[in-house]
Amino acid sequence: MKKMMILFLAAALLFPFSAGAKTLRLAMDADPVSLDPHVQLSGGMLQYSHLVFDPLVRWTKDTKIEPRLAEKWERMDDLTMRFYLRKGVKFHSGNELTAKDVAWTLARLKRSGDFKGLFEPFADPVIIDDYTIDIKTKKPYGLLLNMCTYIFPMDSKFYTGTDKKGHPKDTIVKTEWSFANENESGTGKYVVAEREQGQKWVLKAFPDYWDKNTGNVDEIILTPISEDATRVAALLAGDVDFIMPVPPQDFDRIEKADGIKLITMTGSRIITFQINQKRREEFKNAKVRQAMVYAVNNAGIVKKIMKGRAGVAAQNSPRGYQGHNPALQPRFDLAKARQLMKEAGYEKGFTVSMIAPNNRYVNDEKIAVATAAMLSKIGIKVDLKTMPKAQYWDQFDAQVADIQMIGWHSDTEDSANFYEFLYMCPNKETGYGQYNSGNYCNKRVDELTLASQSETNVEKRMAMLQEVEKILYDDAAFIPFHWQMLSWAGSDKLKNANDIINVMNFPYFGDLIMK
Amino acid sequence: MFAFIIRRVFQALIVMLIISLLGFAIKQSVGDPVREITGISVSAEERDALREKLGLNDPFLVQWVRFLDRAVHGDLGNSFYFKRPAFDVILSKAPATLELVFATALLVILFSVPIGIYAAVRPNAWPARFLMGASIVGVSIPVFLTAILLIYIFSVTLGWLPSFGRGELIEIFPGWKSGFFTWDGLAHLVMPSVALTTIMLPLFIRLVRAEMKEALETEYVKFARAKGLRPSRVLLLHAFKNTLLPVITVGGVQLGILIAFTILTETVFQWKGMGSMFIESIERADTSLTVAYMVFVGFIFVVVNTIVDVIYGLVNPMVRVAGGRS
Repeated sequence: MKKMMILFLAAALLFPFSAGAKTLRLAMDADPVSLDPHVQLSGGMLQYSHLVFDPLVRWTKDTKIEPRLAEKWERMDDLTMRFYLRKGVKFHSGNELTAKDVAWTLARLKRSGDFKGLFEPFADPVIIDDYTIDIKTKKPYGLLLNMCTYIFPMDSKFYTGTDKKGHPKDTIVKTEWSFANENESGTGKYVVAEREQGQKWVLKAFPDYWDKNTGNVDEIILTPISEDATRVAALLAGDVDFIMPVPPQDFDRIEKADGIKLITMTGSRIITFQINQKRREEFKNAKVRQAMVYAVNNAGIVKKIMKGRAGVAAQNSPRGYQGHNPALQPRFDLAKARQLMKEAGYEKGFTVSMIAPNNRYVNDEKIAVATAAMLSKIGIKVDLKTMPKAQYWDQFDAQVADIQMIGWHSDTEDSANFYEFLYMCPNKETGYGQYNSGNYCNKRVDELTLASQSETNVEKRMAMLQEVEKILYDDAAFIPFHWQMLSWAGSDKLKNANDIINVMNFPYFGDLIMK
Repeated sequence: MFAFIIRRVFQALIVMLIISLLGFAIKQSVGDPVREITGISVSAEERDALREKLGLNDPFLVQWVRFLDRAVHGDLGNSFYFKRPAFDVILSKAPATLELVFATALLVILFSVPIGIYAAVRPNAWPARFLMGASIVGVSIPVFLTAILLIYIFSVTLGWLPSFGRGELIEIFPGWKSGFFTWDGLAHLVMPSVALTTIMLPLFIRLVRAEMKEALETEYVKFARAKGLRPSRVLLLHAFKNTLLPVITVGGVQLGILIAFTILTETVFQWKGMGSMFIESIERADTSLTVAYMVFVGFIFVVVNTIVDVIYGLVNPMVRVAGGRS
């Protein structure tokens, strides 16, 4: 009996907290590059921001906006939106969140090389009192609220002062040590307890977190596993609980495995080819461009190459975006394509060059090869060259080929972003058309896109954007393929994994409930 | 002798210059680091300003000379991704690789010696034939595939061993976190070291067997047998001892190759050592780390080789004469 008692006591001592504590072991293909949310505008950094910081407002799964640090907001006039901040929110340092922190963060965003473009339309905010702030834009701006999903207030007191190198603590540095790269004080659910970059992160729940109605995960261990096969094996072996992304070739295996769930969702990243009208006289003819669109069986590519795991596209805007025009349908028709080539006077065809990355988008190289084969059916012979993404973008910018692949995700979760970067007339001064390697240029598209920026009436704005989408479709400004699918997989221990994911690919792990 | 040493050091310096030049040439074609560290929507001017700040707009030779100047002062540049001096990053990753190589070397010795001796003594016995055949299979499968197979058998299907990483580590002295002293750490070490061993083992079994066979034919072994010594004593003390020299020489050379193979093994097992760091630095276009690593590894090899050469010269005057003006 005594022996039993001792054993029992020993066991109790060894596993004191095993009953309550929930640890999520998370494997991603790469870890966030810094602790400073403003150092880089990338999916990884935004995923990190949602763990350690909180935005003013955030996207829900059905792309609505929901309150976070801002409890409510109201439009004051064309240029002003008033935000009422949640009271009693603590930063990890213990400081309390006030309107000053929001203003400070907005000013810092405008200084950040990566974010200043997005926050260009914003004017200086006006602090009304500790918990009320007016966020202002220079011109009426329809996407003000969308952009507030990027405002993750930082602890202004914590980041003020000078660091050990004598630099201000809030300096934004991309390639060297800085205070903000190594230290954080956000309002988020998790505190970075331990971090070995590229190797392991330990995030611990913040005891003073304001939102008490969230998930029950006390600790997150994040391991970057860049090798696809290893990441999947780690999940199958039960060494991790959740992985993102899931390589498409393993979808079936994971679906069949016991105790593991695969979650997929059509994302908003559109895959396209741009047809360069400056390099090729032939491409100036709209009929040739249309013929190319008609010749490409993108639904077939989705079925055969993507194994059905992508949304077939005929336009840029996915469903749910204001510019999504339901009338636009995929148009694969080989006979029509040949007919158009004939009408354009290029029956005999011609030879073009094409480039695509081979490790940037899902199956990018295979898609390019299939496209080359499809174009050959209407007499367009393609010289294809593929390369790793590290080399690709310089070649893309230099427009070294007649046809170039590009995938685009809208940072604003809005259609206008596609047009601004991909289809507006390239203009070095304004920066519009920065990725328009097709050199497509249509005054009406420029007009409508610019007008949409300051249109705050949703109905009117939708009409404008949908018109742009229709023009691009009719003009065959680009060859559309599909919207890439987002994928996650987790063990059954995760009870509501389905609810925390979203089309932006920022899983809200703070809301996760584990068994 | 002094002239010989000076000559060797001078040669070593030239080799180092060539290595750094090669590293730089590769760096230019790996890709653009600025692309990697900025969001895609960042404006061209913003990107160019950053490139200018990092000195990436300067001509190739200017960049190279600047790198050399700093390298001489012990600064190999800053890793863009780790945001730390590249040299520190490399040093922090070294223990993982060294432990993996050490464990593999241990396994190779443990298996190649008895199997090699056995195969030499009983060349026609079926276990010997089986082992020789099996070892061929091991070396002909790419280490990448062996590693994946191991993971699927022992982690996914059987659930015996952890699938990735180094497990629980203990800091044995500052900067050296070791996995040798915890069960968890050792369990994580099993599969990566076995995968690497399959590549190295066949060569050493064959080497031991060949040398052993030769030794068994020699007069002194015959004599020892004729004297009526115990067979085990003849095998181990007389014959085996004399096979050791060539085995050690080849072993030294193979150690370098082993480090090269760690790149693949580390990548599959997410063993965060220098090998996976190198591959990742290329994928991330973290070019300053790529170059620093090449120069660092080159430096170690050159220093070791130079020291060996100088010692050879001290021991064997013929080397000195052969290398000099004669």
